[in-house]
Parts: sequence; C-alpha cells; structure tokens
Amino acid sequence: MHSFRGFLLKEFYHIFRDRRTVAILFGMPLIQLLLFGFAIRNEIQEVNLGIYDQSHDAVTREIIDKLASSGYFVMTQELHSIAEIEHAFAEGSIAEAIVFGPGFAARMLREGRVTVQVVTDGSNPNVSKIITGYTASVLQDYRNTALRTAEVGVEAVPLMMFNPELKSVYLFVPGLMALILMLVSALMTSISITREKESGTMEVLLVSSLRPVEIIIGKVVPYFLLSFVNVVTVVALASFVFGVPCRGSVLLLMLESLLFIVTALSLGIFISTITSSQQVAMMISLAGLLLPTILLSGFIFPVASMPLPLRIISNLIPAKWYLIIVRGIMLKGTSFGYIWKETLVLAVMATVLMAASIKKFKTRLQ
Amino acid sequence: MSEPVIHTDKLTKRFGDFIAVDALSLTISGGEIFGFLGANGAGKTTAIRMLTGLLAPTSGKATVAGFDLYTGAEGVKRNIGYMSQRFSLYDDLTVRENIRFFAGIYGLTNQAIKEKSRQLLDSLKLVAVADTRLASLPLGWKQKLAFSVAILHEPKIVFLDEPTGGVDPVTRRRFWDMIYEASERGLTIFVTTHYMDEAEYCDSLCIMVDGKVAALDRPDAMKRHFGVESMNEVFIQLARPNQTE
Amino acid sequence: MKDAVLIASVGKRFGAVQALQEVNLSVGEGELFGFIGADGAGKTTLFRILVTLLLPDEGRAEVLGLDVVRSYRDIRKRIGYMPGKFSLYPDLSVEENLRFFASVFGTTVEKNYELIRDIYSQLEPFKTRRAGKLSGGMKQKLALSCALVHRPEVLFLDEPTTGVDAVSRKEFWQMLGRLREQGMTILVSTPYMDEAVLCDRIAFMQEGRMLALDTPTGITTLFRKPLFAIRARETWRLLCVLRVSPHAASVYAFGIALHYTDNRPSIRADELLAALQADGFTDVSVSVIQPGIEDTFIALMEEKQGAADE
Repeated sequence: MHSFRGFLLKEFYHIFRDRRTVAILFGMPLIQLLLFGFAIRNEIQEVNLGIYDQSHDAVTREIIDKLASSGYFVMTQELHSIAEIEHAFAEGSIAEAIVFGPGFAARMLREGRVTVQVVTDGSNPNVSKIITGYTASVLQDYRNTALRTAEVGVEAVPLMMFNPELKSVYLFVPGLMALILMLVSALMTSISITREKESGTMEVLLVSSLRPVEIIIGKVVPYFLLSFVNVVTVVALASFVFGVPCRGSVLLLMLESLLFIVTALSLGIFISTITSSQQVAMMISLAGLLLPTILLSGFIFPVASMPLPLRIISNLIPAKWYLIIVRGIMLKGTSFGYIWKETLVLAVMATVLMAASIKKFKTRLQ
Repeated sequence: MSEPVIHTDKLTKRFGDFIAVDALSLTISGGEIFGFLGANGAGKTTAIRMLTGLLAPTSGKATVAGFDLYTGAEGVKRNIGYMSQRFSLYDDLTVRENIRFFAGIYGLTNQAIKEKSRQLLDSLKLVAVADTRLASLPLGWKQKLAFSVAILHEPKIVFLDEPTGGVDPVTRRRFWDMIYEASERGLTIFVTTHYMDEAEYCDSLCIMVDGKVAALDRPDAMKRHFGVESMNEVFIQLARPNQTE
Repeated sequence: MKDAVLIASVGKRFGAVQALQEVNLSVGEGELFGFIGADGAGKTTLFRILVTLLLPDEGRAEVLGLDVVRSYRDIRKRIGYMPGKFSLYPDLSVEENLRFFASVFGTTVEKNYELIRDIYSQLEPFKTRRAGKLSGGMKQKLALSCALVHRPEVLFLDEPTTGVDAVSRKEFWQMLGRLREQGMTILVSTPYMDEAVLCDRIAFMQEGRMLALDTPTGITTLFRKPLFAIRARETWRLLCVLRVSPHAASVYAFGIALHYTDNRPSIRADELLAALQADGFTDVSVSVIQPGIEDTFIALMEEKQGAADE
C-alpha cells in the first residue's frame, strides 16, 4: 500500500509539473468543446439568395416573404435573366437562386400545381444539399398553410426527434467525449510509460519488488481519475453553455464512461508494451486511435453511409460503441435495457486488451 | 607560429540568468592541437556551438578561420569540420554512400567526389568494404571514416567533441595517431576529452570550470605551475574549490 | 567465502551479434568487483542478465544463490541496480526521487538513512532542486543513494562514472570503498582503466568475451615482456620512428611518454637510448617501468587479435 501511494504521488508530480501535459489534459477538452460548439457547425445561416421572379404576383411575393422571414436566407439581389444567375454564381455573390416562371399565381390556380426552380452551387455539394432542404421546407410550409384546399395526398411531415432544431453541438458532444477520453487515456498513458522506458527508469522499476501489475496500475490510476474529471467537465459544459440535455440517467452515463476509459487505458498500455519510444507511441496513438475515432466511429461521418469494408472495421473501434451509448443516454434518454449489447462489446474489448497488455508487459527487457 | 585560426575575446553566452560561457578569451594558432577540458556542464558544448556558428554569442568578439562569428557565419561553416562523439555517420548507408553524401553536402562536384572517394578509400584501406553498410563495421573503422569525412572539404580547423568516449584503449590511440598526422599537415584540431592522458598529447589546453576559463596554457607549463606530475592532478586541483557549490 | 554472484558459461546473442560468449566467474560476498571494457564489450548485457532484466541464451547465473531465471522475483528484492545513464526522474526533486525509490521497495528513507547518510548528506542542501538540474556528479550521487535506499545485499553499478568529471569520479570511488567496508558486495563496470586499481578483483571484457580475471596487481603479471617508457620532446616524431623500427613489438602513447616493447628479449634501456640518440633525438630518456593495467589490457587485446588473424 505504501509503495502504491508513493507511485501515485510520483505520477501526479509528473503530470502537474509538465505544462504541456496539463494543457492537453485540461485545456484541450475545453477548447475542443468551444470550437465544436461555437465555430464548427453543420447548420448554415444567412444564405445569400437571388430571386428571378418573372411573374411578380401575390403568390411569388408571399413565397419570397416566407423565405426571407425564415431566418435562413438573405435576399441579396433581384435577377433579371438566366445569364445574370450564372454571373452571380460565378462571382460568388449568391449561394442559391430561385426562379419563378411567368404567370406563376395564375398557373397555380389553373393547374393546381406549379414548379419553382431552385438553383444552387454544386461545387460544394454538402452546402447545396442543406440549403435546398431549407428551401423545400419553406415551400412545403407555404403549401400547407396557403393551399389547405389542395388535393388529398400522402404527405411527409418530418419531425426530428431528440434534436428538433438539428443542432450540431448535440451531435458533437458525444463524439468529443470519445475523442478526449481516447486522447487522455490512451495517448497520455502510452507516452508516460514509454517515457520511462526511454529514460531508463523502467529498468529500475522492473528490478524492484514491484510486480508488473502494480506498475501498470500505478501508471493508469491517475489518468483514470483525470479522464473522469474530463467527462464530468464536458457534460457539465455541454449542458450549461450549450444546453445539451442529458435525458437519461447521469449515473448510467458516468458508469459507461468509466468503462470506455478503462478500454482506452488498456489500449494505451497495450501500445506501450509494443513500443519503446515516446515518438512511436505517439504516432501509433494518433494514427491508430485518434484518426479512426474521428473518421470511423460515426462522430462526423455516419457509419451507415460507409462502404461495407469500413463498416466492418468500424466495429473494432471502441468509440463507435461508446458513441451509440452516449447518444442514446444523453439525447434519447435510453435506459440500460437498450444499450446492454454495446456495453457488453466495450466490456469484452476492455477485458481482452487489459489481459493482453498485462501478459505482454514484460517482466524483463526482452 | 602562423596566423591565429581561432581568436576570441570575452566570448559570452547567457541562457536567461544562467551564464553558460563566461568571457572566454582564446587564441589558437594554425596546426595546433588544442585540448578543451572540463566537467559535463562546464560550458564546453556551448562554447563549441558558438565557435561552429550554431549558436549566437550573447556578447564578446570572435573570429574563426578569419571570419567574424557574427557577420561571417557562412564563411565559418565552410572552413570548419565537426565530429561528435557518436560520429554522425549513417549506419544504414555503405561506406561509399556515406562519403558521397557528406562530400555532396560540402558542395564538391561529382568529379571531385569520385576522386575524393577513391583517395579516401585507398588511404583508409577501406576499399574491400566500400560497399558494406556501416553498421557492420568495427568501431575503430567507423571512427576513422568519421574523422576523414569531417575533414573531407579541407577545412582550416576541425572540432572533435569527445571523439574517444567509451572507446577501447587501442582504438583510442589509433585515433590520436590520425589527429597527430592531420596536425602535422597543418590542420588545427580543437578537441574535448575526459581522458587525462589525452590531455597530455595536446599542444595547449584550456580547462573550463563553471563556464569560466580556469587554466589556459601548455600542458607542461600547467603542470609546473601547479607543481604536479600529471594533468589528472591539475584537473582535480582546479575543480576542487567548486565542488561544494 | 560464499559466492554472491556466480556466472557459468553465460552467452547471449542479439540477432547476428554475439554480445556475450562463455563468461565464467564468481564474485565473493563483500567483494568490490570491476568489469573493465569499452562500449560494446558486453558489460551492460552481463549486468542486465544478473539483475534479471535479460535471459541468458546459454549457461546459468546465480545471485545470492538464486537462479536469475527462476528466482528473479526474490533476487529483485535483494539487489540494488544503477543502470547506465543514472535513471532518475528529472522532473522530481532530489528528495522526491529518493522517497519514491524507497517507497517502491516498501521502505522509507528514514529507516535506512544510516546507510546513505555519507552520500546523501552532500545532496541535502539541494534536496528541493529538480534532479534534471543537477550536475553530472550530483546526479550520480543521487542515483547511488536511490539504489541503496532499500539496503540491498548486492549492488550493481553499470558505468557509474561515465560522463562525470575527474573529481566526482574520485569521490565516487571513495564512497564505494566505504560501502565495501560495511560489507556490501559491489559489482561495477567502467571503461576507465585507471579505476580498475580501486577494485578487489577485475575482469577485462572485450567483444563479449572475458580477456582476463584477477586482482589489479595480479593481472599485470600477464604482461610478460619488459616494458620501457621513452620520453622525448618530439613525441610524434619519436612515435613515427619507433613504429617503423624492425625491432618494435608495440608502441603506444601514454600521456607524455611512449610505452614500448621490443621483440629482442634481452634488450636493455641504455641500448635503446643509444639507438635513439643515433637517430637524432637529443633530449630522449628511456626507463624500464612496471606495466600498468592499461598496458596489460592492450597487450591482451593484441594477443587475442593476433590469434584471430592467424
């Protein structure tokens, strides 16, 4: 017990005396959350809109007013020909143009249906898709209110459950939690263990009465505690600053996070057992853990839209499962009954990795 | 004695409030073997970095190979050679590739590189292993090659930073043979070492203690001054007062 | 005398490199034993096998009567080890380092203060200083204190004086002397020949083999030829002249003198002097000297290389 306390004390000295470590541990979660929360968004606001209205009647005016008051669009210019549209796109003064054909209102009354042409800039497909969607929803809205008399038909009325306003911060918070825990737990532990190998102090620790398991636990516990502090910080910030709710049990969220931390720590230890330099450990952690966590976990790109091989690989990424769990608990208020499978996957991963690293962690140098 | 190859006047380097080298004043003549001694942390490495143009001095004056350290760093670099303790050759390249690479970075023409390589391989008796990777060669051969490569571009002065650390006694002495030979040909040698017997081989010596010059003289004069038999005793006498900090 | 360390036919190979070959020796309890050799001689590999960090490929080794392979856990509790580059935590203070290494062995600095007092007292004025900011000599003393703080029965010091100035080296050996007086068994490796005389017994190591094993004075009896020290003002010319002499067996510079052996068995100093004076050396002196440890090491190296060349 005495040895263990001494070991912990020493680890905390290492952590708090290295400004870079402290910055990564505490500054990074904060900065990332603020970055993703404020700066990096999927929503698009103030789309510059050009109108080519060839009929100038009550209906087109009403539609234009609706578009303008939706909050998404800013009317920048009135256009007078197809050529002008092209010109406006080329100089980048508009992101979308809407074309109303001649005799719009009359045609609508006569034929019951009429088309509006929506022109967007295809060189940025994501933006185009999103603003076309906005436009469509405004037009739909108009149709619903103005043409109550319209023909009977099947109509889709979308309702975005759990995130009705499609706030991207809702999407990012669970991903960020996974990313930060990966970084702190896996990267920092693997670096801290390989640092001792590099400086030769690991030799001295091995040639002592400490058992390998004791060395591992001594190295891991501080990061375990700090990672947990990070989880609490991120959840609290997300809730107070961005209003991200935690609809499910906070206790369950914390327990699941602890499980994920243990998985990440085991990965970190495993990396340190197969490398002997800090640089290699860092490369493996960054390229082998962080990139997949960002790209393959569903954090940014949905897993469902990946090609089959990547979807299969994504199952090996612990963050994928953690993400499902966190989104479930925080946004959907899911109870344990619905996420036990994902929890089990994480638990198995953690056990296997931990067992492998303890087995691989050599009692000797070779 | 010929023109001084290195001349410094109160050369000083500070890092924050720590004075690594404090008012170093030296004059080293052409063809001299100059021994630069001191404990680790006495400022030797910092001084060498300044004299090789890698580190800007905080104050003081210095010329190396006729170039001012502040304004002629490029000229300094063209006229010096440098060999560190770890030889700074590439273990995964062959002997010939190493020579070609270093000749290349010193700006030799292809014709000159070929000529130099042939000469060097001949004189070092390395023709048979010219296409062997360096990693598998004995330490002594690597050391010779490293020294030859460091003076490939015919510099006026060569800096050797602990060239014989951890080397066996025979290899160590063979290396000093090379130093002597080069000095006979007129090359100035600036060498650091922890072996006190090697200090005796130098024409003049500078002993650094805590960034300051503690003694600067010929070895025999130094021993006479302190009234002792060996450089080891000189060294211990000089370092003793500072031991308690 | 009981053996503290026993090494029997130990061999170790790393890929194509034979790091150790057929090493046999034993170190008695309370002995100060030195391994002398250059980098790559196999000293570190041998130490790592003895402190149970590496497994030998061949042979077996025992420390305190315990097998290094099977009983490594028991050995680790009873030995102290100071690896090559003073493994300390640079971001911890002097005192924190010491306390940490004490706690690793489940003991406290206070319990064993008696043993390290002599060494640690010199560091106490700087005990709040970070280990990374210490001079080489002080780091070395701290590393020794850390290796001693759990009162080990055998101490393994791998090149404790490399990269340390001459004064600190001298002081370090004085400390080792005092530890030996207290009955501790100490194994130390060094590339410095001048440190060999301070050991009870020494082993010469070269390219993974043991060249010789004896007391420092005993080992010099392996040098069988008469040895001359020759001095002249023009040392370099003297060296060149002697090198090409058909009678020279070996010529090596030793400080201001050259150490010379002749291949004529009965040559006398005055004959050599006369020959050199005839070569134009005016202020030359020749004297017969007792071979030192370094002379012996060089002679044994050449003997082995000569044997290998044939």
